[in-house]
Amino acid sequence: MSFRKFGLGLVAATLLAGTALPAFAQDSVYVPLFTYRTGAFAGSGIPIADGMHDYLQMLNERDGGIGGVKLVLEECETGYDTKKGVECYESVKGKNPVIVNPWSTGITLPLIPRASVDKIPILSMAYGLSASARGDIFPWIFNPPATYWDGMSMIVKYIGEKEGGLEKLKGKKLGFLHLDAAFGKEPIPLLQELAKQYGFEVALYPVAAQDMQNQSSQWLSVRRDRPDYMVMWGWGAMNGAAVKEAVRSGYPMDKFYSVWWPGEDDARAGGAGAKGFKMLNWHAVGADLPALKDIQKHVVDKGLSKAPKDKVGELLYNRGIYNSLLIAEGIAQAQKVTGKKVVTGEDVRRGMENIKLDPVRLKELGLEGFTDPMTLTCTDHNSHSAAFMQEWDGSKWVKISEPIKPMTEQVRAQLDAAAKDYADKNPGWPKRSERCDNQS
Amino acid sequence: MDILYKVFIEPFVFMGEAPDLLIQTLWEGLVSGVLYALIALGFVLIFKASGVFNFAQGIMVVFAALTLVGLYERGVPAFLALILAVLVMLVLAVVVERVVLRPLVNQPDIILFMATFGLTYFLIGFGELIFGGNPKEMITDALFLPQGTSEVDMLGGMVRFQHLDIAAAIIASIMIGLLAVFFSKTRIGRALRAVADSHKAALSVGISLNQIWVIVWFAAGIVALVAGIMWGARSGVSFSLQIIALKALPVLILGGFTSIPGAIIGGLIIGVGEKIGEFYWGPLVGGGIETWLAYVIALLFLLYRPQGLFGEKIIERI
Repeated sequence: MSFRKFGLGLVAATLLAGTALPAFAQDSVYVPLFTYRTGAFAGSGIPIADGMHDYLQMLNERDGGIGGVKLVLEECETGYDTKKGVECYESVKGKNPVIVNPWSTGITLPLIPRASVDKIPILSMAYGLSASARGDIFPWIFNPPATYWDGMSMIVKYIGEKEGGLEKLKGKKLGFLHLDAAFGKEPIPLLQELAKQYGFEVALYPVAAQDMQNQSSQWLSVRRDRPDYMVMWGWGAMNGAAVKEAVRSGYPMDKFYSVWWPGEDDARAGGAGAKGFKMLNWHAVGADLPALKDIQKHVVDKGLSKAPKDKVGELLYNRGIYNSLLIAEGIAQAQKVTGKKVVTGEDVRRGMENIKLDPVRLKELGLEGFTDPMTLTCTDHNSHSAAFMQEWDGSKWVKISEPIKPMTEQVRAQLDAAAKDYADKNPGWPKRSERCDNQS
Repeated sequence: MDILYKVFIEPFVFMGEAPDLLIQTLWEGLVSGVLYALIALGFVLIFKASGVFNFAQGIMVVFAALTLVGLYERGVPAFLALILAVLVMLVLAVVVERVVLRPLVNQPDIILFMATFGLTYFLIGFGELIFGGNPKEMITDALFLPQGTSEVDMLGGMVRFQHLDIAAAIIASIMIGLLAVFFSKTRIGRALRAVADSHKAALSVGISLNQIWVIVWFAAGIVALVAGIMWGARSGVSFSLQIIALKALPVLILGGFTSIPGAIIGGLIIGVGEKIGEFYWGPLVGGGIETWLAYVIALLFLLYRPQGLFGEKIIERI
């Protein structure tokens, strides 16, 4: 090979590398975003990825980042595939990420033992391992604002109140339609415990990922078993297909509940018959708040967003915003507690434990009324916040309840046992030695 | 004894007690079976003409449906979009023949099989690039596909028939019938069968292999479009639909890779078998047996008839 060819090759390689990698400046922090814009779960993944990206991009454009430090954003496509997600983690961990969002319970689980070794906090926002809410046992894992067990307890509580009290659930049958994966199975232990406690029966309807769009068998079984209520733990194309099948099979939609993951498109899939379908949520839908208007102005209007304009403010887009709000607050609090501008993963772990989203702070952020106040501490990495029930009216979600608090007593005992069990089953699980700035 | 009762007696007692649910389950199985048969037909067509197991058939279903919906979303009237989607499948057939099959002619079958893997991932990426990864709703109304449900009182209960399912069964049956006539009665059909019997003999009597391959990939493309419209109307159009195509594999094992009637009968047996199995025996093991039951049924057939129900018995002299 001639020297000239070698030189040209070197220049080309440098240019390629320059375009492929994000630019790291000394006054920036690296925030990788694990997303899935492709594959069977893209329907849920795309709006969330857009919301996550656009909020952080807006902070860059409007404020020059956080505390004068630019955020270097880089997406890694996981396709909601655990193997690819772990590959993403391995590929970003050398770039000093300040936090990682796996956006999949399946990806979160193998990252839990790695986080403390690599000193990278993991944010599994309202998904992942419920027991990781225990900050004293899982100092590197954060899953606010509520666990799947909280979510299940809220749905059971809401149904119980509709029936006239939890004791009235005795003799009722509750069907649980769930993705047959780590995510879908996560709340089953609590559901079975609650069933034992309140005397209702549970019928499980697992949906394999390859049959997400072929659910006629599950809904035939629903017709056979005649559950009084149906609860869904679905993701991606499963949600829309389930709503469609429920309508097709004539199941009363006002008795069909879901955890917080279906979006508007999923409900629309059922057409007019989907009216009455209910789900939990904990944040506003719509684009009227000042922060969302800033996203429109600084990101969407400048062509820096991948989201279509009419999707800004939809439920899952705003869910992505909520996720990035937590990231941004974690970084801001880390800057505050350490006094440093350019923070590390270890600093952001401390920052996350100091998050306090009260009405004053939410107003400062241009998100007044976006969500209920929420506080994280060293021991509580979740906050076990309340959520509300919303109903599909045929064209939009309508809030139909006051905040529903999780059944803390029941959940807490299960959660503590599961956290202890996790530590026991993983020999050498480290005892917390990480610094704590916020005990209460 | 209890388990024996639950396996061998209870399901049949329940069938007798609630015959309406049995009819409903059979109906759902038949509809699924016809749609599986339609997907399997795409595999059979290509396998008959070229001996290639086309792994890309599943993504062709998604790609065809996405093309139709994507064009409609861009303002193209529904029936024009349908015609354009057919043309896109023709272009795809020509490109596959020119770029994939022709350069690989005379290569071992496994090489061609691997090439269809490549085609699958190309179509996934290309489809996501053009149409995005978001699930889409099939344009059921614009295509005048019937909606609604008929509830029929029978056998002391009620059976629900979705109008869309009835249409799907009829359209798929017509499609299968037309293809059967096309391949048995027309000149091109006879040429295709000649190619299936022997490439060399077909070439010696002046049949163009390249032309036959384009025709057969185009026919598989149209079958994919119809399957995509029907599945899409039932449960939305998304990339996860391609996984349903894997259900065609047990259908093919059962019916034989080269038999059109085999694909139809195989589809119906798998469709009905998995629904009945899931509904009556699934609860014994916590449900979710549908995913693997189809393969178990196919494997049982395979033990006794390795060539499938209608497949050709291969006798090799050694």
